[in-house]
Amino acid sequence: MSKTEPLYVLRGLSKQYSRGKETIPIFDGLDMEIANGEFMAIMGPSGSGKTTLLNQLGGIDAPTTGEVIFDGRRIDNLGQGALAKWRSENVGFIFQFYNLMPTLTAAQNVELPLLLSPVKGAERKKRVATALDIVGIGDRAKHYPRQLSGGQQQRVAIARAIVADPKVLLCDEPTGDLDRTSADEVLEMLQLLNTKMGKTIIMVTHDPAAAKYAKTELFLDKGKFIKKGSKK
Amino acid sequence: MNDFTLVLKNLFRKKLRAILLLFSILSAFLIFGALGSFYKVFTAGVEVAAADRLITVNKINFTVSLPLAYVNRVRSIEGVRNASHASWFGGYYQDPRKQVQTFAIEADTYLAAYSELVMPDEQRKAFMETRDCLLTGIDLVDQYGWKLGDSVPINSNIWQKKDGSSVWEFTICAIFDGDKETVPANYLMFHYDYFNENLAFARDKAGWIILNSEDPAMNDDISKQIDTLFANSQAETKTSTESAFNKAFLQQMGNIGLILSSVIGAAFATILMIVGTTMVMAVSERTKEIAVMKTLGFRTGRIFRLVLSESLLLALLGGLIGLGIAWALVDLAIGPALSGFLPGMRLTADIALLAIVLMLALGLITGILPALKAMNVAIVDALGKN
Ligand SMILES: Nc1ncnc2c1ncn2[C@@H]1O[C@H](COP(=O)(O)OP(=O)(O)OP(=O)(O)O)[C@@H](O)[C@H]1O
Ligand SMILES: [Mg+2]
Repeated sequence: MSKTEPLYVLRGLSKQYSRGKETIPIFDGLDMEIANGEFMAIMGPSGSGKTTLLNQLGGIDAPTTGEVIFDGRRIDNLGQGALAKWRSENVGFIFQFYNLMPTLTAAQNVELPLLLSPVKGAERKKRVATALDIVGIGDRAKHYPRQLSGGQQQRVAIARAIVADPKVLLCDEPTGDLDRTSADEVLEMLQLLNTKMGKTIIMVTHDPAAAKYAKTELFLDKGKFIKKGSKK
Repeated sequence: MNDFTLVLKNLFRKKLRAILLLFSILSAFLIFGALGSFYKVFTAGVEVAAADRLITVNKINFTVSLPLAYVNRVRSIEGVRNASHASWFGGYYQDPRKQVQTFAIEADTYLAAYSELVMPDEQRKAFMETRDCLLTGIDLVDQYGWKLGDSVPINSNIWQKKDGSSVWEFTICAIFDGDKETVPANYLMFHYDYFNENLAFARDKAGWIILNSEDPAMNDDISKQIDTLFANSQAETKTSTESAFNKAFLQQMGNIGLILSSVIGAAFATILMIVGTTMVMAVSERTKEIAVMKTLGFRTGRIFRLVLSESLLLALLGGLIGLGIAWALVDLAIGPALSGFLPGMRLTADIALLAIVLMLALGLITGILPALKAMNVAIVDALGKN
């Protein structure tokens, strides 16, 4: 696939929730393309549908109507099993509150997605070690999440997101729970993953300073995108 | 790391909770194993009772013997297919505390009456042809390390020989076993003739008479005939079928069985509810983790198996430890201690097997609800809850 071909294509994407007889449209007929290698920040007021959109892109929620095309293949109409497999191969998720498994060590948390891949034994160990090393937390491999700071936990979560080498990272407020210094470290890391390792990153954030790290900033309001600008 | 690591880590995420659950399951299976073995050994004799077998004893008391001549008179009664007799010898081996049940029997007719006692043909032949042969139960062979050809002296507290000694010399020339596990094989038998000829006193007596009817339907009739025949004689008799004798016994045992199964049933119902609700709660607590695993790409089927395995592992772990303790108690402590009056008490393979089936059932029943719950966790809803 060439660089110019988009990684994501959204066509007429609509999502609405029904509360009783009322239907609440979150977005209606959204069209969008996301290029391969993009680092996109999505901003917008609370309740504007940022998380909902990310869920469509990540294949953990289906649109009411419309298409989500990833790498030339429709994913919105895949079954649960096929979607699970697709997620394990193509997407890394990073959450605001890290969502690590409290019973597993940092290394085991990072290893978790590899239980879904054919990678075994020494190769698996090497991948886990590399991922932990990339996020600069190799010395904490045996620590449990409760023994790590918020910033360190988020690094482990990033390592977990990249260990299976997905094409895209979907981040929902990845720095929302962190202080400025830790937030900047995490954002620099995401930037590195984007520029040096070619990961496409879509990041939802409330923080304009965080959005500055992205190549493109989008503003979602009342179901429509307002482009704030691209640095390239 | 593999799926088993995940199961293990989740099961022991709260150590105290896991230990309490394990302990309650362990107790249930300890009770099951111990009471089951107890019940089993109590009812063992009942299961082997043959419907066509009758026993004639002295009306005064079964410890008072009958004139030997009675045996032939019983034989001539219509409907009696086979008649034999046996006498209580008692006895101990080496040490008065090592009591061994020993009987003097009329060999051919006795073995015909008790067809559940089996031995190799050549040993049966050897027994028939050897005057001082000791027909030895296989359990005693194991217990005392005896083998064919061994000379074994048995001391009697009751019977003195003509030479004044109360040590009776025997040779082991045959070893018998039951044709089923429930048939006891923990006693000794030898020829009545050898016994009678050497006796210093009280010769020509039969302890009790065993007979087989041609048809169990004739049992009542035969009993009446025999007891009428000896009415008003020097030794009046009382005849009953072994199974009628056992029916009363069985009824009592049935009541005990009912009580035992109620106790075990109540224990299991309680365990089921405790473990079941705890596992449901345990899974509710990690709804979000399950949603994250699904997000990573774990399929619903695998999530279901992971959670179900947790309950299964819990039940098997607790159950096997409980069963192990029950085995140690029954086979190593209680069994040997009670061997005098409850011989052969063991935690048998069928009790262990039933326990394992119960463990699997317990694991599946307590695991199915949490597993379904975990399987149906909706990713978006669960992740939304911060
Ligand atoms: N399961 C649901 N049922 C009904 N309404 C929902 C559901 N999930 C989300 N919504 C509504 O959809 C809208 C968009 O929600 P979403 O979580 O995408 O917003 P957001 O932009 O991520 O907000 P925030 O910045 O607070 O995270 C909200 O009004 C929310 O109440
Ligand atoms: Mg949101």
